[in-house]
Amino acid sequence: MQIDKQELVDFAVTARKYKTLLTTKYKNRKTWSNPSPYEIQSYIPGTILEIFVKEGEVVNEGSPLLILEAMKMQNRIEMPFTAKISKINVEVGVRVPKDCLMIELEAID
Amino acid sequence: MTLKKNILALRQKKAIVEKGGGDKAIEKQVAMGKLTARERILTLLDEKSFHEYDLFVEHEERNFGMEGKDLPGDGVITGTGTINGNPVCIYAQDFTVMGGSLGLKHARKITKIMDHALKMKVPCIGINDSGGARIQEGIGALAGYGEIFYRNTMASGVIPQISVILGPCAGGAVYSPALTDFVFVVENISKMFITGPNVIETVLGEKISQEDLGGARVHAEITGNAHFYALSELECLDQIKELISLIPHSNQQKAQRIEPKEPKFHKHIENIIPSDPKQPYDVREVIYALVDDSKFLEVHELWAANIVIGFGRMNGETIGFVANQPLYLAGVLDCDASDKAARFILFCDAFNIPIVTLEDMPGYLPGVDQEHAGVIRHGAKVLYAYSEATVPKITVILRKAYGGGYIAMNSRHLGADFMLAWPGAEIAVMGPEGAANIIFRKEIMEAEDEDAMRQQKVQEYIEKFANPYVAASKGYIDAVIEPSETRGLLLHALELSQNKDDYRPAKKHGVPPF
Repeated sequence: MQIDKQELVDFAVTARKYKTLLTTKYKNRKTWSNPSPYEIQSYIPGTILEIFVKEGEVVNEGSPLLILEAMKMQNRIEMPFTAKISKINVEVGVRVPKDCLMIELEAID
Repeated sequence: MTLKKNILALRQKKAIVEKGGGDKAIEKQVAMGKLTARERILTLLDEKSFHEYDLFVEHEERNFGMEGKDLPGDGVITGTGTINGNPVCIYAQDFTVMGGSLGLKHARKITKIMDHALKMKVPCIGINDSGGARIQEGIGALAGYGEIFYRNTMASGVIPQISVILGPCAGGAVYSPALTDFVFVVENISKMFITGPNVIETVLGEKISQEDLGGARVHAEITGNAHFYALSELECLDQIKELISLIPHSNQQKAQRIEPKEPKFHKHIENIIPSDPKQPYDVREVIYALVDDSKFLEVHELWAANIVIGFGRMNGETIGFVANQPLYLAGVLDCDASDKAARFILFCDAFNIPIVTLEDMPGYLPGVDQEHAGVIRHGAKVLYAYSEATVPKITVILRKAYGGGYIAMNSRHLGADFMLAWPGAEIAVMGPEGAANIIFRKEIMEAEDEDAMRQQKVQEYIEKFANPYVAASKGYIDAVIEPSETRGLLLHALELSQNKDDYRPAKKHGVPPF
């Protein structure tokens, strides 16, 4: 097989970089990013049934934020810690994919 | 005269059932670009070798308008025959008969031929083309699937089992192929998934086509559920013929030996591997240079391309090859490559096929996605499979063998019978750059010119440790050899291990890291 040098990329394994090709699956992989505690994301795709909070409101830890219906289950999404709701990106009735940023939080002093 | 009449009646009866779902349904099947179930069997098997079983089996369902409904052969053709003279049991679901749906009698025809294969110790081939469970038969269909899965498991490691996906294969039906040794798929024809696009869209709102969800290419390249990928049914059937001639009929036999031939690969073996350890090459060229007639049947060609597995012959006998592939992802081991290699090693061990490992690997694939996907658990399968295997195990270290990868790729420590290394092999705890950075950290940091010192220390490390002689001095490598000696030494090693005897402690079974 003739190797097309143009397609070779630098690929680091430990301290050395190798010339190699990438597989489709590797190219399409999801790169990891550190999840922010101030972002409430959908952990499963589903439909927003109800929203209990408003933008600007300070909500206590454990209070319900919204109901996300998925796989015929109504999942109550709760406030992870006491904070202010800075932005709501979803509406009642919308269908959200997995890892959708639904609500953004803001720290209170 | 009566006998003649009876014979004519039999012929008539057969002709009707052999038509399957009838002209109209066959027309539809052909329009989809598919062969009929009967054509598939007759094309795959040697001419006039097919003997059909249970042609006149009928379903017994009485509910939902099924009473009095004729389903020729109950939607599946079963029987025995030969492929290049090798006996096989075979079944093919007939999509023209009620969508090839699986009812209890349909399943019982399949389990009967599977039982037959297991008793006669011959390979079993299943051609899948079915809409799934026959809903009218309810739990009877589920029972049927369960009985097939149970037999797939009982036959595993006893007779080779082959699944051919030539149509839809969805829901529970996918688990029979998943339990078998080799799955064949064809572009645009094979579709496999647990839940189809409709359910996924309804439940999750994700829109995807059948092809993108579970088409042939997806299973051959992304999921690894399929071992062989073809562009047409005829190419697929040819692949099956080739595989069948390379594997034994059962675990009590060896694969058929054929007349040995010298390799005909044009490139000299010494010119395949670049001397710079950072440059890639196609490791399949090394295999072509080693095997009889330079013929190699690659398994899982598209999936986890960073490791190459497949069958070739040496001295006329079937050998299983496992080789790191520097051309893709530098030849690292990752989750998929580990699964791919481990299952192949288990197959070879179960069916008395010696394993030749060609090693050139820089280590494991670094990354959060790999760690979170469980590369520890997946990588462990390779260690388990090599350690457990009692067939002859030969390793040739071509270039790099670093760290955990050195241990995993059939090292002496896991029970390799023969360990050979080419003179350029680097057998070390890690690559020279990394090792020098750790060992000489202080010297490098304190030097006026850090880079120059690092280069010097790397060079020192390469000279002292990045070679095969440290491992050879401890007896971990049996011999450092010239590349051109490789084939001769492999032939010798294989000859020497003809009567290899290796014991494992008695146990019900191990508990491998699935």
